Amino acid sequence: MESIGVLMACPMSSYLEQELDKRFNLYRFWNFPQKNEFLTQHANSIRAVVGNAFAGADAELIDSLPKLEIVSSFSVGLDKIDLNKCKEKGIRVTNTPDVLTEDVADLAIGLMLAVLRRICECDRYVRKGLWKTGDFKLTSKFSGKSVGIIGLGRIGLAIAKRAEAFGCPISYHSRSEKPNTNYKYYSSLVELASNCQILVVACALTPETRHIVNREVMEALGPKGVLINIGRGPHVDEKELVSALLEGRLGGAGLDVFENEPEVPEQLFGLENVVLLPHVGSGTEETRKDMADLVLGNLEAHFLNKPLLTPVV
Amino acid sequence: MAESKNDLPAVIVLGNPSFLKLYGEQFSSKFKLLKPWESSLPLNQFITTHAQSVQAMLCSGGTRVTPSLLSQFPSLRVIVTTSAGLNHMDLDECRRLGISVANAGTIFSEDVADFAVGLLIDVLRKVSAADRFVRNGLWPLHRDYPLASKVGGRKVGIVGLGSIGLEVAKRLEPFGCVISYQSRKKKPVPFPFYPDVHELATKCDVLVICCALTDQTRHLINKEVLLALGKQGIVINIARGAIINEMELVQCLVQGEIAGAGLDVFKNEPNVPEELLSLDNVVLSPHVAFLTEDSFQDLYELMSGNLEAFFLNKPLLTPVLDD
Repeated sequence: MESIGVLMACPMSSYLEQELDKRFNLYRFWNFPQKNEFLTQHANSIRAVVGNAFAGADAELIDSLPKLEIVSSFSVGLDKIDLNKCKEKGIRVTNTPDVLTEDVADLAIGLMLAVLRRICECDRYVRKGLWKTGDFKLTSKFSGKSVGIIGLGRIGLAIAKRAEAFGCPISYHSRSEKPNTNYKYYSSLVELASNCQILVVACALTPETRHIVNREVMEALGPKGVLINIGRGPHVDEKELVSALLEGRLGGAGLDVFENEPEVPEQLFGLENVVLLPHVGSGTEETRKDMADLVLGNLEAHFLNKPLLTPVV
Repeated sequence: MAESKNDLPAVIVLGNPSFLKLYGEQFSSKFKLLKPWESSLPLNQFITTHAQSVQAMLCSGGTRVTPSLLSQFPSLRVIVTTSAGLNHMDLDECRRLGISVANAGTIFSEDVADFAVGLLIDVLRKVSAADRFVRNGLWPLHRDYPLASKVGGRKVGIVGLGSIGLEVAKRLEPFGCVISYQSRKKKPVPFPFYPDVHELATKCDVLVICCALTDQTRHLINKEVLLALGKQGIVINIARGAIINEMELVQCLVQGEIAGAGLDVFKNEPNVPEELLSLDNVVLSPHVAFLTEDSFQDLYELMSGNLEAFFLNKPLLTPVLDD
């Protein structure tokens, strides 16, 4: 398979890069500043694209790779891939579901605790020597707080399971009510936000869910409410989020994703009721290796004419 | 029935418990509070002058209740302390003098367990460190943050399976952590029991310290235990600083003998070993695991309830000694 051209959209995992390099003819897209020149030269050799949450395969790229057979995403989210175009052209698409579910759910709870209990703020307090000048203040209890989940898929369910162990009542909003759960369903997101204290975004990013957390939702969540985003930055109207936080209309936020990563609104840097993470939801050694192995497994299966492991299209 | 200030039962307050800042007024409407720190008299003189007939004492977790202190209160019958921990009190002497003791019972257990889990996730997933990274504007410069460690599958050893330890275990199970514990006695729980902390450490890669500080548990966690925990090991301490040999912990962290620590308590608070302040793999907090608006409200109600019960000759709500 060393002659099969695979285009890696951006740096994402040195382990994955090494393995792709061993097995295929790997092209690192980021090493070619002149993209058009690169495509003119090499487009016909490329039969697979490996993308992730930052860079995938949009219509333009797909159209410029006439031999493209498969897009294998190093992510579960598919928002960076033009799925319709792939379907149209018979291009296979795979992602990395399940292997990262637990890590993302763990981080969602970690963010809830960090925001409500001000853990990062506490750590700063000690490191700055402020404990010697006085005790820290009271924070908000996490156990028993009502948690509202947007999107009750794999990750949403895993978050619910963990939050339940803290005595948190669970409710959710999604396109349709899910059978087989006892959680309270809200067909209106604003209603869900009005009735929970912690709102967590756990759905896929699609044109319908872009800016699903808007000003109205944030105000419904309110001055004591906390927003947790482990989905995609564009799920939340970031400009509105910043002003809601600065003006105290929203109580706090734990954010792992932003609209224009790696840019993070600087006005958030001085706030002690937010926790800001650099998109690390699946960022553990164990899980990134599992994700990489899934990408490799899907590519191998495809080129050996075997059933794909985790096909989307 | 309106009571004048002089009719209210008297309570000597030591250690200026912080919940009084919020609930002082309510408390003062029920009891005549004697507050030595508001007087210009030195403590001993204050006690001799004002507290000889006082039957009840309210003290903080930092007040050392020693035989010498107790001897200054000839009429003392009950001590109510704001902490769950009792390591600051000479319970044998209280028993000998026939003084009842009430503590905070289990009102802090949920908040403390929440915080322990928060620290554990923070250390393993580098939450505070990554937050610093973003706030320092480093993300655009270094596109990828170093990979952290998965919480699921971690073998967590809980040292002390009392009220707090059980709440910690309950919370960690859905994360896929494998729980075992060390305690003075085996408990009716489905987790493997180890009577010896060193053995527990060899079988685990996370230790969560949830036990009381006593003569037996002082420096229970020492270099041998930490080496047994191993280079991937993490220690979370929300109990008392002195349960860990702090110097040896710092050494092990600095030398990479364990992977990280989440510490809410220290040997000599509010002092924290310098070496820890520059480590990226530790999360430090200023003894706040119990400290929420909810728990303070509960504490006020419990302290007030215990004292009321005493003055009405009813059983204490959260008694510590068998009286």
